[in-house]
Amino acid sequence: MSQYQENATIIRFEQLSNFNIRLTLQTEEIAAAARPGQFVMIRAGRSKDPLLRRPFSIHQTSSSGRIQILFKVTGRGTGLMAHCKEGETLSVFGPLGRGFHIDTGKAACLVGGGLGIAPMLFLAKRICRTKKSTMTDMIILGGKNRAEIEPLFNDFHYLDIGVMVSTDDGSMGLHGTATDVLKTLDLPSDCTVYTCGPEPMMKEVFRQCHKKKLECQVSIESFMACGMGACLGCNVEARDGGYVHVCSDGPVFNAEDLAWNI
Amino acid sequence: MEYIEDKDHLPDLRVRIGALELRNPVLTASGTFGYAREFANLVNLHRLGGVIVKGISLLPRHGNPPPRIIETACGMLNAIGLENVGVDRFITEKMPFLEGISSPIIVNILGDSIEEYRQLSEKLDVVPGISAIEVNISCPNVKKGGVAFGSDPQMAAAVTKAVKENTSLPVIVKLSPNVSDITEIARAVEQAGADSVSLINTLIGMAVNLRTKRPHLANVIGGLSGPAIKPIALRMVYQVAGAVSIPIIGIGGIESTEDALEFMLAGATAVQIGTANFVNPRASEEVVEGLHDYVIRENLYSVRDMIGALERS
Repeated sequence: MSQYQENATIIRFEQLSNFNIRLTLQTEEIAAAARPGQFVMIRAGRSKDPLLRRPFSIHQTSSSGRIQILFKVTGRGTGLMAHCKEGETLSVFGPLGRGFHIDTGKAACLVGGGLGIAPMLFLAKRICRTKKSTMTDMIILGGKNRAEIEPLFNDFHYLDIGVMVSTDDGSMGLHGTATDVLKTLDLPSDCTVYTCGPEPMMKEVFRQCHKKKLECQVSIESFMACGMGACLGCNVEARDGGYVHVCSDGPVFNAEDLAWNI
Repeated sequence: MEYIEDKDHLPDLRVRIGALELRNPVLTASGTFGYAREFANLVNLHRLGGVIVKGISLLPRHGNPPPRIIETACGMLNAIGLENVGVDRFITEKMPFLEGISSPIIVNILGDSIEEYRQLSEKLDVVPGISAIEVNISCPNVKKGGVAFGSDPQMAAAVTKAVKENTSLPVIVKLSPNVSDITEIARAVEQAGADSVSLINTLIGMAVNLRTKRPHLANVIGGLSGPAIKPIALRMVYQVAGAVSIPIIGIGGIESTEDALEFMLAGATAVQIGTANFVNPRASEEVVEGLHDYVIRENLYSVRDMIGALERS
């Protein structure tokens, strides 16, 4: 597994909604090597402050050597990135971590909540490309409101996979959460559920999967300094009582391997 | 021992830490470079002055609960808690890869008691491929030992002596900045037989989350590193250089060639790149390249010309 540090030109900067920004970056090596569920570390500026890179899951890649990331402003790093201009460059390091494991013989159900939708597009595209049939496959997109979901919806809609939407205020799709939708689905017993989103959502997805004995892969978020297993700063509790590291053991885990305290 | 002129390898970047000859003064700091394998496809490990691996204890340690790190102004706080695989697994699982690196491998050790330091040195002494031992008497993130050894001159000397008695490898003692007079500790470990001192380890700090009204770190306090601590590290290297005659390895916020050279002027024979590895995994090799260019550009006989060459008005 190779990683690359690239000075990536910002090809496109899109303010998708009040919440979300989408960046398209020219990163030849990273785009070619990336797998669904992997992430990149991006340096928000060139100064010593903020010092550390920020982790972003890869939203999608293109054969023209580009990757996209999706983010919202949550602090100083993303605050700086929100002022990036097309044509400028950012230092991008990746692809990092272990991504989703796709079993092409099984049905798939993807559950993305909020920014957790980001890695789901890359995954959904790979599933559509590698599986013979995606007849029984499904993706649930959950968000606050229409403004958050709508700009992302079309990318999924054009794929050969069923899309369902839920919003907290009912302005698009079902009035409720992604897990409310998941509850109503009659998933095949061999279905793998892939999820990424806020922790309470992933917890509930896992709880439902555990009850129905479905395999559940979760993509976990953590603060981290290096993204490559050196700083050991991104530990989360494992079910066996020890720790695993989000950057090198994950960010995608079999949900059964983590301690969820439910 | 004199340096034999080697016209095939100009410019001359070689430095010596006791009996250990380094091809250049750039080392990777313990705990920021994993067990080197993590960086293998990003850095030419053979070009580095040496690799100092993540601190090893007698038994494996899980480390502290999350969150373990938080970014601060021009730096970061960490409270990893010395998570490591333990010395036995280190020897069987990590050494085979490390042994293949032509740069010297320096193993950082830590213990809760002098007896543990003694046993660690004894075990590592017979392992092929290890060039030196760095003794961590200064980690702020464990409750026992660690900092207690680092803040008391007699204890620091006792640990140094125990390690020296049980290994023939060069011994570097890594000093804590969280003391009232670092020169006192440096002198004590020099007298106890240390071949070199490396400084500084992290400064104890804290960050508070106003929203949750809790400390950011689960361990409450952690070690501050990064560019924020560079002026303090430089000052301490300068002071220790005036107090001891063994070689000093400078550590603290070094991320560029200029930083490294400033530490050498202040009295360091070699330097360690730490937190910068997290931001730019190629930082250590880039500093090697930078020193190479600097020695040529400034027409120096050797990079050693820079050591302690600070001019004072």
